[in-house]
Amino acid sequence: MVKNSDFEPYIVCFACNWCTYTGSDQAGVSRMQRPADVRIIRLMCSGRMEPRYAIEALKNGADGVIIGACHLGDCHYLEGNEKAVRRFSVFNKFIEEYGMNPKRFQFWHISASEGAEFTEHIKEYVSELKKIGPNSRKKIAAKEFKKLEEALIQ
Amino acid sequence: MSLEKPKPRVAVYICHCGKNIADVIDMDEITEYAKHIPNVALAKNYKFMCSNAGQDLIAEDLRSGKIDRVVVAACSPLMHEETYRRVLRENNFNEFFFEQANIREHASWVNLRDHKGAMEIAKDHVKMAVAKVSNDRPLIRQKVKVTQEALIVGAGITGMFAALDLANKYKVHLVERTPTIGGHMAQLDKTFPTMDCSACITTPKMVEVGRHPNIDLLTYSEIENVDLNVGNFDVQVRKKSRKINHLICTGCGACGEVCPITVPNEFDYNMGYRRAAYVPFPQAIPAQYTIDIDSCIECKLCVDACDVNAIDFNQEDEIIDLKVGSIIIATGNDIFDPSKLYRYGYQKYKNVLIAIEMERLLSSTGPTLGKVIRPSDHKTPRRIAFLQCVGSRDFHEDTHKYCSRVCCMYAMKQARQYKEKYPDSEVFIFYIDIRAFGKGYEEFYEIAAREYGINFIRGRIGDVFEKNDGSLIVRGNDSLLAEKYEIEVDMLILSTAIEARKDADVVGRFFGVQCSEDGMFMEAHPKLKPVDSLSMGVFIAGTCQAPRDIPDSVAQAKAAASSADNFMASGEVEIEPYYSMVQPEICSGCRSCIQLCPYDAISFDEITNTADINAIKCKGCGVCVASCPSNAIIQNHFTRNQILSEVRALKPWENYIIKN
Repeated sequence: MVKNSDFEPYIVCFACNWCTYTGSDQAGVSRMQRPADVRIIRLMCSGRMEPRYAIEALKNGADGVIIGACHLGDCHYLEGNEKAVRRFSVFNKFIEEYGMNPKRFQFWHISASEGAEFTEHIKEYVSELKKIGPNSRKKIAAKEFKKLEEALIQ
Repeated sequence: MSLEKPKPRVAVYICHCGKNIADVIDMDEITEYAKHIPNVALAKNYKFMCSNAGQDLIAEDLRSGKIDRVVVAACSPLMHEETYRRVLRENNFNEFFFEQANIREHASWVNLRDHKGAMEIAKDHVKMAVAKVSNDRPLIRQKVKVTQEALIVGAGITGMFAALDLANKYKVHLVERTPTIGGHMAQLDKTFPTMDCSACITTPKMVEVGRHPNIDLLTYSEIENVDLNVGNFDVQVRKKSRKINHLICTGCGACGEVCPITVPNEFDYNMGYRRAAYVPFPQAIPAQYTIDIDSCIECKLCVDACDVNAIDFNQEDEIIDLKVGSIIIATGNDIFDPSKLYRYGYQKYKNVLIAIEMERLLSSTGPTLGKVIRPSDHKTPRRIAFLQCVGSRDFHEDTHKYCSRVCCMYAMKQARQYKEKYPDSEVFIFYIDIRAFGKGYEEFYEIAAREYGINFIRGRIGDVFEKNDGSLIVRGNDSLLAEKYEIEVDMLILSTAIEARKDADVVGRFFGVQCSEDGMFMEAHPKLKPVDSLSMGVFIAGTCQAPRDIPDSVAQAKAAASSADNFMASGEVEIEPYYSMVQPEICSGCRSCIQLCPYDAISFDEITNTADINAIKCKGCGVCVASCPSNAIIQNHFTRNQILSEVRALKPWENYIIKN
């Protein structure tokens, strides 16, 4: 087991183009510093987000997955975020069933002007993930990857 | 010939962005790293990829035939995606064989001190972009016809100027919530720094707007609903009932004369009175009367008084359907309510006013016809004080952090006007900093201090107390002399902040326009797209976007008008081909996507038993794609394969395993 202090969480964030992605841009423009743990994947709407992307990321050993959606009522596509909320309402329970800490999955509402909120949320989430510890899938994912690599070489 | 798909040959260009990225991320290391990502044919770095030379670098490589897809690791794609796509287009490549990895906003700028961490993120973002671009498919932008009509919301000085500019070419629908056009500017007496009379420059423009054959003026109207079809917005406007037939009303004013109801006049900021049947001010456009049904007691005296029988109490609200090609939002601002700041005593002490009330007192068309009186005893005040930055430059709750930009100037202007009227009076201005930023503004300040003898005292006041005779005692600390002062004045004027309209978020939602942190509408880019919103074909101008003065508002109005013209002029608009498509051979015909589509873009083909998506109606949110149980729907440019390849490109275990 690694000590929590030298463990840096690995977070994948699926961000809606119109809110969280722009909000994160705004955080960048304002030089708001945050832990270097977040990779952002751009989607046009949180409604495009499928559970399998989150599962794939967690399966690969990501310590946290975030969906960044508009506030309810603010969706660029009228109601895509509401559909995403409904689609992911039981996702935490689902990953818990699979033996994963439900906090590894987060659904945030961050508007395009809330770079500061986004930064704060990330700081809090990182410290929480440090308490939870690394995703136990990491080793398995590494082994699987090596196997795949060897198979390709042969 | 081999039937196998040719392997993508990706070129990765890494931008230094001057020092913005290169200071944090080691350019050689990341370029070397990029060279070893699968599918990458070449990787280079350059100081400014967006510059001409940088673009030429890409063009040269494209023409050499070594590469067929491009990744640029630089700023946010929201900033320069279009720039690089054009390079591909100009070199006869499909512009959608391009991805931008955001290593500035999302890596270097948010990790200025953690160089190693920023490098890890940058590597991952480049890796993801390469994975995505490898799965990109050629796409063609769709063209949509644009309606040659425009909608402008708000008929203040900004809305009027935008309307006048556009109306030379297009039909313009100008919607205004109040019974008259003119906005805040019509309420002003004089304007800084030229001290020309506000009415003399506004009212002729109002008349021009009212008479223009191409401007369809919809006053006393509000937006009811908007369907955001780019280039062909369907807008519903509710024209509120005025209980007076405007086609017949001559504006003679007989109804107002007999009306027994007196209510405070909003136009005079409740300093004066009006009847329930009224025009807000004599120069209002349209000049016809309106019956304020909320205060009307329906005595119907006006019905008898009206010679032309224009009054119709059965008149109902009317819903007007418009189809427009572009929209300009110019809804303006509200004024900060200082009663929240108890220490200044607004609405507690009678002689504490806000600047717009003082403006109406100074105005020759105002309730006192230009005579300044204090509300408590109707005497002319001899010593007055202005307090600056009320509600702005204040980091408390309920107040605004931003500078409202105009308050320094209007306070000096009012002080000068007051001094002109009453030369033997004394005027104090309590300020933090005087911000006289515009053309001729500093000179205006100079004259106010030197020739008019206005006393400028630095520092916000601490407390205000009322004496028995209604005079006020102002206490504070002069931050230049480091001395406490206690000054007795007859009247205190609070220079209140400009703030976003209370319902800005509601209006923004109609048009798909986001609000910034300060509640005002957000521009697409703070420097390069100051009048564009993130919603295509919707533009923002004036004080609804940020506090600004009249010249700036007019400049923005003209910029927005020209942008809207630019948008409509070609008659067509290209929209991103991110629409979704059903693969009929996989579709099981379950119809679950049909109810989910917010745009009714999906129909069901009874013969083939499959769903079908109308590419023009589809806006590309991808809700149907994500919810299709048979994975039969693909979203262009965001296919399942592409997103999965991005996720799979990441190796969250890598560093962890090396460490342990």
